[in-house]
Amino acid sequence: MDCDPRSLLETVVTEGCFEAMGLAALLQPVVDRHRRDPRQLLQILRAAQEVLGYLPAVALTAIADAVDLPRARVEGVAGFYSFLHLTPVGRYRVLFSDNITDRMLGSGELLDRLCNKLWIERGKVSEDGLVSVDTTSCTGMGDQGPALLVNGRPMTRMSAERIDWISELIRGQAALDDWPREFFVVDDNIQRRDALLTTRWPAGEALRTALARGRSAMLAEMQRANLRGRGGAGFTTHIKWESARRATTRGERATRYVVCNADEGEPGTFKDRVLLASYADLVFDGMTIAGFTIGAEQGLLYLRGEYAWLLPALDENLVRRRRDGLLGGQICGQADLSFDIEIHVGAGAYVCGEETALLESLEGKRGVPRIRPPFPVHAGYLGQPTVVNNVETLCKAALIALRGGDWFAGLGTKQSTGTKLLSISGDVERPGVYEYPFGVSVSQVLSDCGADNAQAVQVGGPSGACLAMHEFMRRIAFEDVPTAGAFMVFGAQRDMFEVARNFSHFFAHESCGFCTPCRVGTSLVANCMDKIANGHGSQYEINEIFRIHRLLHAASHCGLGQSACNPLLDTLTKFRPAYERRLRSLDFEPAFDLDQALAGARQMTGRDDPAAHFGQPARMPGGER
Amino acid sequence: MNAAVDRKKPRLATTSLAGCFGCHTSLLDIDERLFDLVERVDFDRSPLTDTKQCASCDIGLVEGGLCNAENILVLHEFRRNCKLLVALGACAINGGLPAQRNHLDLGQCLQEVYLTGPGIVGGQIPNDPELPLPLDKVRPIHEVVRVDYFIPGCPPSGDAIWKFLTDLLDGRTPRLGYPLLHFD
Amino acid sequence: MRQPNILFDGLPLPFADGQTIMEAATAAGIFIPHLCHHPDFKPQGSCKLCTVKANGRHVSACTMPAKDGMEVENNSPDLNDKRRTMLQMLFVEGNHFCPSCEKSGNCMLQALAYELEMLTPHFPHFYPDRPVDASHPQVLLDFNRCILCELCVRASRDVDDKNVFALSGRGIRKHLIVNAESGRLADTSFSLGDKAAHVCPVGVIIEKGRGFALPIGRRRYDIQPIGMELERAARCRGSGEAI
Ligand SMILES: Cc1cc2nc3c(=O)[nH]c(=O)nc-3n(C[C@H](O)[C@H](O)[C@H](O)COP(=O)(O)O)c2cc1C
Ligand code: SF4
Ligand code: SF4
Ligand code: SF4
Ligand code: FES
Repeated sequence: MDCDPRSLLETVVTEGCFEAMGLAALLQPVVDRHRRDPRQLLQILRAAQEVLGYLPAVALTAIADAVDLPRARVEGVAGFYSFLHLTPVGRYRVLFSDNITDRMLGSGELLDRLCNKLWIERGKVSEDGLVSVDTTSCTGMGDQGPALLVNGRPMTRMSAERIDWISELIRGQAALDDWPREFFVVDDNIQRRDALLTTRWPAGEALRTALARGRSAMLAEMQRANLRGRGGAGFTTHIKWESARRATTRGERATRYVVCNADEGEPGTFKDRVLLASYADLVFDGMTIAGFTIGAEQGLLYLRGEYAWLLPALDENLVRRRRDGLLGGQICGQADLSFDIEIHVGAGAYVCGEETALLESLEGKRGVPRIRPPFPVHAGYLGQPTVVNNVETLCKAALIALRGGDWFAGLGTKQSTGTKLLSISGDVERPGVYEYPFGVSVSQVLSDCGADNAQAVQVGGPSGACLAMHEFMRRIAFEDVPTAGAFMVFGAQRDMFEVARNFSHFFAHESCGFCTPCRVGTSLVANCMDKIANGHGSQYEINEIFRIHRLLHAASHCGLGQSACNPLLDTLTKFRPAYERRLRSLDFEPAFDLDQALAGARQMTGRDDPAAHFGQPARMPGGER
Repeated sequence: MNAAVDRKKPRLATTSLAGCFGCHTSLLDIDERLFDLVERVDFDRSPLTDTKQCASCDIGLVEGGLCNAENILVLHEFRRNCKLLVALGACAINGGLPAQRNHLDLGQCLQEVYLTGPGIVGGQIPNDPELPLPLDKVRPIHEVVRVDYFIPGCPPSGDAIWKFLTDLLDGRTPRLGYPLLHFD
Repeated sequence: MRQPNILFDGLPLPFADGQTIMEAATAAGIFIPHLCHHPDFKPQGSCKLCTVKANGRHVSACTMPAKDGMEVENNSPDLNDKRRTMLQMLFVEGNHFCPSCEKSGNCMLQALAYELEMLTPHFPHFYPDRPVDASHPQVLLDFNRCILCELCVRASRDVDDKNVFALSGRGIRKHLIVNAESGRLADTSFSLGDKAAHVCPVGVIIEKGRGFALPIGRRRYDIQPIGMELERAARCRGSGEAI
């Protein structure tokens, strides 16, 4: 095909209908680029959407045929991910990051402002198909919000002026490349450097040191370092590597895999973004070292869809590394050593950060967590032994190769060795990435980042813990306050109920829906919180939240459901008045707004007499809400 | 009649909201045990007594879900006056048959019934203030007031109602085991 | 060699290597509530009705391999309360009007609600809008009652080799779809002879024209509670009687 896809697209799409022949021509290069491999389905769907704007039913049929999968399964995958669309979306698709820290910076008002300027309703496509405006889960820009994505490209530090400008650009149909460059600037914002962020070694240095040490010695260094995973669960890394190394491979394509978890979906976390943007060589060195140590020949990096803008630079880096003999066959001149890295891009699903859901997604499926056992180290990607590690964990492994395990173990505390990157955002003077040795106290961190009137800190994101003032002397460490890196600060003026409500909606939106308690429970809880927010809550709702929490904590299939009610529980115990002042009664309030339930009938009958209302006196004619 | 003894007799009220009176019919289905029941309780507001206003009661049985404003007023009256409120039958418990209109838009429903349906000329949606306004969705009663007990069934069998009431009157925790517990 | 045992509600229960807790219990005639589990299919572990406590941790009995010496708690007030809550969630998630459902009396969801004495759905109803699919000549799909157990998905994929069903959406918007661009069952290769036509534990996949062939009151779980079936079968097996 040497025809310009853009003009072809215009002839193929007529009034939303796709002409089958032309469609096949458009899709062919996409599926061919991915070898018509069903395991590449998610990547194919992403690429097809790039070309078509969205994924119409005929396109799903064509893709299913091309990769030889049942059509329903292709539709099932397309229907799972937030960034894939089965119905038309605007040519400009604006998604405001909806984390609480963005909201605290006024993202809600900015969203309304943009909608008003563009004469559109939130979540709906404008009639001319030009634009749609909606929200999305945290885009990982908490240090430079309010942030948004426009057609997948990040924009930071939104303000009323910028929004007005954007609305003009959209109405003028300016190409994104012609928008002011400064809108798209993403800063690293590194505020405190320690062992990792002061590293300035050339690409491949860590890898060469590891190769010189040899497999067993490298593993021994990892053991001495006692590195624990930085992705949240805190599993000891050398045990994971050792298990995968010992696990048997199966079938013809018998090999092991190293997977780098760059899904960074936990709201308020953005330290992996900085590592990928400015320390990519350390990440790739770490992956290659892991591959060498466990005997894997393939590495996969799962990049969250929100970070797709990092892809070109990462791909370039991989090309450079291949050229420099750091990837591919004969790594660093060692004849028997081959390892390569492939990047897969996600499509808006927090649950895909859970390691088994991530593996499913890598295999081109719906991101649903697997049944465990078996664990990935025994049967992971394509059923082969697989190590899944967080971006930061792999950087730390590279550091250990360079500096040795004993040196690493000398940093931090006995049970939590080394340093930890914190993503600090919220009510602080200097948001950004801070690297500390483990064991630092919360109050120390608060004073370093300039948070003088904090009433609470959410450590580890919504699924972590909410600390109140009396807990600020606690320490960041696995044995005290563990964290995957998020550190959101809430000043005294903030309403902790609204914080928890934002989180409850996050979990309801991100539940994969696999298991009953989380699928239904997260939505029930979000509805309870809305009811309380609307002034219709009672003690009954609070009791319901506790009850649902106990169930979700015990019976959910994965960590998402198990921790979904944590922020509510924390705020309910530590900031109870924030809830209680909203309660209408201590007993019971209807599940829905009684007066509102009559609104439809009032409108149809034109009545506004007292009997046409509940709870309040009749309003003036025409005073319908 | 001995007034002192009389005062100890629990008072029972019943009502049918958006229901079909099937549950009330089932209550009558306890046959000759009705005499025992009348011995043990006094009836307050009920279609069986034709009393229109609920006084202070011990037990309130509510049949039917909520489809209009009046249903809600009556339910509130029952909740205010009854120590124990009992949802009687499928419609009170999950909206039942009337709730199967819930996937339709109320406005469209009214329009079709009164304005655009077959054979209608010059129709009008009734707007008499005497008429209760319909709710946008039919709801079970537990979504509007706190409900103490539930007797499922469409209708619950006379035996189930009897078992429930005698458990309650005898001071036991009411329990409908298999096979009295039925949803159909 | 001594046969391995789990300690099931305080009683030793032998199991064969590779068996799950569910399989070990079933073999011994002990009922663990379940919806997405079916002995003919690969375990799924999604409904969570079979949640038990194994060595103090909550696990799904249908997916957790039995281990020698494992202490399993099954029939406890706390676990049954959790199961009841999950049943209530399933009832409010869909539209379940049993009196007008052909499956009533033969429905596992309903039977479990009886077994666990669920008297009310308790939570506010979602009342989702899920249009029925009547396109197929032999079978009606009433999605209002789907509990997303994926038994039809597994049957069609693993037994019928047709892949008629799949799931789409996520969270509370997860839903069943069929394998056709039109979204209609009539346009798939589905037929009444498929295994998938006969595995639905609730009233979604309904054979047309049969109606209420067997009257309500004389159906499977009207005659015998769901938990008893298994136990009676096991007792009969033990004593060599016909079931
Ligand atoms: C819902 C959920 C989301 C997760 N998201 C991430 C993530 O975005 N990044 C990550 O590294 N780990 C995430 N994890 C943890 C991973 O499952 C896994 O433990 C981790 O990637 C292992 O790497 P580590 O040992 O290096 O920490 C998540 C876990 C859950 C339950
Ligand atoms: S807990 Fe939630 S996210 Fe995890 S499997 Fe269950 S439904 Fe999916
Ligand atoms: S599927 Fe079962 S629970 Fe649902 S309506 Fe039918 S009989 Fe009732
Ligand atoms: S249709 Fe039936 S078998 Fe299929 S997922 Fe729904 S409830 Fe399960
Ligand atoms: S039966 Fe075990 S989870 Fe459904």
